[in-house]
This record gives sequence, C-alpha cells and structure tokens, in this order.
Amino acid sequence: MTAILTIDGLTMRFGGLTAIDAVSFEVRPAAITALIGPNGAGKTTLFNCVTGFYRPTKGGIRLNRAGGPVQLAGLPNHRIARLGVARTFQNIRLFGRMTVLENLLVAQHAELMRASLFSIAGILGLPRYRKAEAQAIETARHWLDRVGLTARANDPADTLPYGDQRRLEIVRAICTGPRLLCLDEPAAGLNPRESADLAALIRAISAELDLAVLLIEHDMSVVMGISDHIVVLDYGRKIAEGPPAAIRADKAVIAAYLGEPEDAVA
Amino acid sequence: MATAVSPMRALKEAGIAALVAAVLGLPLIGFRLMDQAGGETLATRWYDLVYVIAIAFVGRLALVLTGDSPRRSAAAVTSAVAPIVRPVGAYLPWLLIVFALILPALPFATRGVIDSGILILTYILLGWGLNIVTGLAGLLDLGYVAFLAIGAYTTAILSSRFGLTFWECLPLAPVAASAAGLLLGFPILKLRGDYFAIVTLGFGEIIRIVANNWRSLTNGSQGIANLPRPSFFGLADFTASPAPGHTAFNALFGIAYSPIQRVIFLYYVVLALALAVNVFTLRIRRLPIGRMWEALREDDIAAAALGIDRRKIKLAAFAIGAAWGGVAGVVFDARQGFVTPESFGFIESAMITAIVVLGGMGSQLGIVLAAVVLVGLPELFREFDTYRMMTFGAAMIAIMRFRPRGLIETRRPTAVLK
Repeated sequence: MTAILTIDGLTMRFGGLTAIDAVSFEVRPAAITALIGPNGAGKTTLFNCVTGFYRPTKGGIRLNRAGGPVQLAGLPNHRIARLGVARTFQNIRLFGRMTVLENLLVAQHAELMRASLFSIAGILGLPRYRKAEAQAIETARHWLDRVGLTARANDPADTLPYGDQRRLEIVRAICTGPRLLCLDEPAAGLNPRESADLAALIRAISAELDLAVLLIEHDMSVVMGISDHIVVLDYGRKIAEGPPAAIRADKAVIAAYLGEPEDAVA
Repeated sequence: MATAVSPMRALKEAGIAALVAAVLGLPLIGFRLMDQAGGETLATRWYDLVYVIAIAFVGRLALVLTGDSPRRSAAAVTSAVAPIVRPVGAYLPWLLIVFALILPALPFATRGVIDSGILILTYILLGWGLNIVTGLAGLLDLGYVAFLAIGAYTTAILSSRFGLTFWECLPLAPVAASAAGLLLGFPILKLRGDYFAIVTLGFGEIIRIVANNWRSLTNGSQGIANLPRPSFFGLADFTASPAPGHTAFNALFGIAYSPIQRVIFLYYVVLALALAVNVFTLRIRRLPIGRMWEALREDDIAAAALGIDRRKIKLAAFAIGAAWGGVAGVVFDARQGFVTPESFGFIESAMITAIVVLGGMGSQLGIVLAAVVLVGLPELFREFDTYRMMTFGAAMIAIMRFRPRGLIETRRPTAVLK
C-alpha cells in the first residue's frame, strides 16, 4: 500500500526560528494518522505547509493521486484544496452569517460552478443548473443527517453551539470531496462525551469513504482510540512514530509529552 | 419610565451640552467668510449661535429630566414599529416598484420631482453596483465613484467626438468601467481590509485628477457639454423642432409637445436599468459565485481552504460592480447633459458607501430606502439650502442610532433545506 502523502525532509524557518526541522513521514490511505506533541512543537505549522498556507523553506510534500504524484510545496492553498486536501482550523472558521446549508453548498462550489457554466446557465435558470443544485443540497442533507444538524440547516452557522460548529466544519471539509482530510484539534473544547462521539464519527467516515485523515489532537483518549499511526513532534523534530501502543511506551515521548503514568510517579 | 434625577444634575448635564455646542458652534456657525467685491470679509452670526446653544441646553435638559435614555427609546421605537413593519416588509418591494412606475402620473410629479426621481434611481443603481463589491464580497471600496466617472467620460467622449448615441454608449460604458475595474483590481485584491480601502480611495482621486488634467481628451475642468439626450429608442427625438430627417416624439404619438416628456422617458429608462440590475443581483447571489462572494466576506481563509481562488472571485465582483457604475455613468450624462471632473469627488464615493452601509450590507431593499433617505430628503429640502447638509447629517445619525446594522439587517438565505 503506497502512502497518499509523503513528507520528505520538510523544514520551515521563520527568520532565525526553525519551526519544523527536516521532518519526514508518510500518511497512509484510508487510515488515521495523528500528529501529536507539546504546544509549539510545530504541528499546526506543518499543517499550514501541507495545505499551502505557508511555503516551506525546504523539503518536499508529495501527494500521490491516481493521476500521478503532485508536489504540493509552494502551490497556492486553493490549488491544494482542489487537488483533494481539505482542512479544518484550530479556531473554527465557519461562514458565520450564512446558513448551515449554505456553508456546505459553498464547499461544493467546484461542481456547481461547472454545472452553472461559470454562472451563465445559472443566471438563465437552466434546468441543468437547477438539477446540480438539488443534487448538492441532497449531499448536504446526507452529511447533516449524519452529524445530527438537519434541524438547524437553515439557521446562521454562528448561532450553533460550539460542538455543533466543530462538526459542521468537519462535514464542510468533507463536502469538498477530499482524498486527505486534515483536522486541526477537532476535539478542542469538547467535553469527554462529545470527544468520544466525534472520535467515533471520524473513524466511521474514514472507513466509509476510504479517506485518509491527518489529525492534530491533544486529547489522548481520542488519539489513542482512533489512530492507526502516530507521529510525535517536539521542538520541530520528529522524535517518534509508530502505532499507538508503541508510542505510549516510548521513553522519549513520555519525557517530552505524555509524562509518567500516575502510579509510576507515586 | 421616568427615573428621578435631581434638578441640579439635570442642569449640570444640560450646561455641559450647551458648552459643547458653544465650542463646536463658534467656528462652524459663529463666523462666516463672505465673498465681496473688495475681497473676503469675516461675518459673524451670533444670533444663530445662541439659538443652537439654547436648543442644545433645553433639549438635553428635557432628555435628562424625563429620564429617557436614547438607548431605551430606540428599543421602544423598534419594538413598537416592528409588528407594523414586518407584514408591510414582505410587500414593500412591490409597493415601491408600483409607486416608482406610477410616479410620473401622480399629481405632485412636477419636472423637479421626476428629476429628483432620476437622481435617486441613479444612486440606487450605484448602491446596487457597490453592493456586489462591498455588501456581498466584503471589499470596502471607497473610490467607487471612479467607475461612475469612467462611465460618464466614456459616454461623453464617444458621443462628442464620434457621435455615438445614448443607446450605443449604454453597452460600451460598462465595458470600459469593467476593464478599469479589472486593471485596478488585479494588483490590489491581495490587500486586505483597510489597505484595500485606502488604495481604492486613491484610485477614485486619481481618476478625478486625470479627468481634470488630461485637457486634450477631457477638456479639463471645463468638462464636456451639450451631450446628446437619449432618443426614443432611436425612433424619435424629444424636441419641438426635430432635425431634418428626424421625427419628434410628440409627432410620433400625435400629442402636444412638452419638455417634460423627455424627463419622464429618461426616468423610465433609468427605472428599467435599475430593475434589470436588481434582478441580476438577486439571481447571481443565489449562484455558486454569489455564495463564494459571501463566503469570502465571512472568512476568506476558510474559503481558500475550500479551494476558492480568492483573487479570481474577488476580481469578478470588482468587475461586475464596476460595470454597474459605468451604466450609472451613462445615465448621469443623460440627466445632466454635461460632465465635469468636480462631480466625482470623494464625497460622492462616501455617499454611495453610506447608502450601502446604512441600508444594510447586502440588502437590495435597504439600499433603496437608504438612497431615498440620504439623496431624496436633501433634495426635498433644497429650498432651505443652508440646512440641506444638516438633514443629510441628521438622517445619517438617526439611522446609526436606531439601526446600527443598517435599515434592513436580515439576510435571506440563498438556498433552503425543506
């Protein structure tokens, strides 16, 4: 099984500060890869490099798609999104005054734009466009049903409670039809019950769509529960990588991030 | 509602209000420069100043004594008016359209009223154009008047030099304005928020200054005069004595000649253009491109993460908005019959922006109401020339006071899940 994303010697410097230092790892298809590490380890910076919000100083980010590999490093963010890399943000970024449904329709802009013949068929109200829009609304309904937000579909997105906003942002990313989904702390600010539900949802969606997920998360119950593979960063360097069981036992990871289990300290 | 306020405190507050009025009023009202044969002299208007101070004192005193804070009275007004306004709101657009259609037939519709109607419609057209850029795409364009100027000058130059008619200029001017919009937009759309606003402000001034100084093309500050008026779809002219080979409008329909016929015709042309722009905007808002504009306004980073090419989509908004500015320019020429650079100062841009912001960003109906209030009221008070700008200011303050998010703040979703 070849990797969907290959990160090779990725380095990101801001002036004299090296935020990411020659990090290499692979993201496997249809699996969940978690990126963990203390605050300031460079996790979000790495996300920003992968999704085109930063231009990496050095190194490669290769997306292996059916049509052949593509080098992502240096591409503008919207091009990367169109190649099938969707993301969410640590601080939720919804289109607040637009409705929940509209948020999901914006995500499907590529197909709709094509169906509207770059707005010409749309302006004229041709059936071709109306059919495409109905289809897009059905896709949105499917995902809203999935996360239990159907009843709120016509409300402005910023009126949703926090946990619902998190889930909406995730399904909005999924509505772009990605091959790789990057989630930046999806469980931040959720209570244990909500976190567990969210973890189950991510796991299920990944399996259902054969979707590769790259996940930044501090909630270890989520990370250990759903990840197939874990990469640990500290001060911009990769200090370990492996399946959850191996990471939990790794000395370097315990020292840098996880800490000693309580009974060991006592 | 009245809360007990000690008379002493009330007097003190009123005194402060009077003092503020005095300090502000002294330079603004107290002195006035008079142009006279022997040069400028300074006149004083102490009585006017005293009136203003007295009004401030008594007004503040009354407010404090009744204990009615402006905030509470604003809320009271809103909640009292809401049940009446809401049912009317649904029919309001249709009522306005019907009113606009029958206006020339109404008894009070003198030539002046219809002319004001054309002016208001021109501003509505401009407001709707800017609404695409500022209201939907969220780009604060403070130099929108530049596109009006380009439309107006394109029309003026094409008709005075090449003899093109109103109807021939109508499609050409928006193309020119749109091209200018693309040219300006391309390098600056990367800028964000305030920086973008400043550059557009500069662009507005540049266009005006170019129009002023490029004498060979624009005839400088003298402007271009005697612009041709629109004909009746090229079939007949609005004149008592038609040129050889031309027909007079009144002869075509076998009615008596009246100069008001031309004004009424122009009024209907502008109305039709405005309604066409409105239908266009209402439609495009519900298309993917319209949703992308609003998405960019709400959060352009998230939009980029969904694969939206921010530059291209903003550029489309800018070019389309500019095109409507160009259409307004053609109308502007047809109404005035001449064009000079001074019609396109910053104050015009500010006015159009005010109409969009005060109307409620993104609301087509709000813009109509704001244009009527901001353009119409000062026109009505034209006889009281001195107080014209004051009514403008008062209208602006009242809207900001009672409807801080604009006259119409509700947003209609572009798609509904049933």
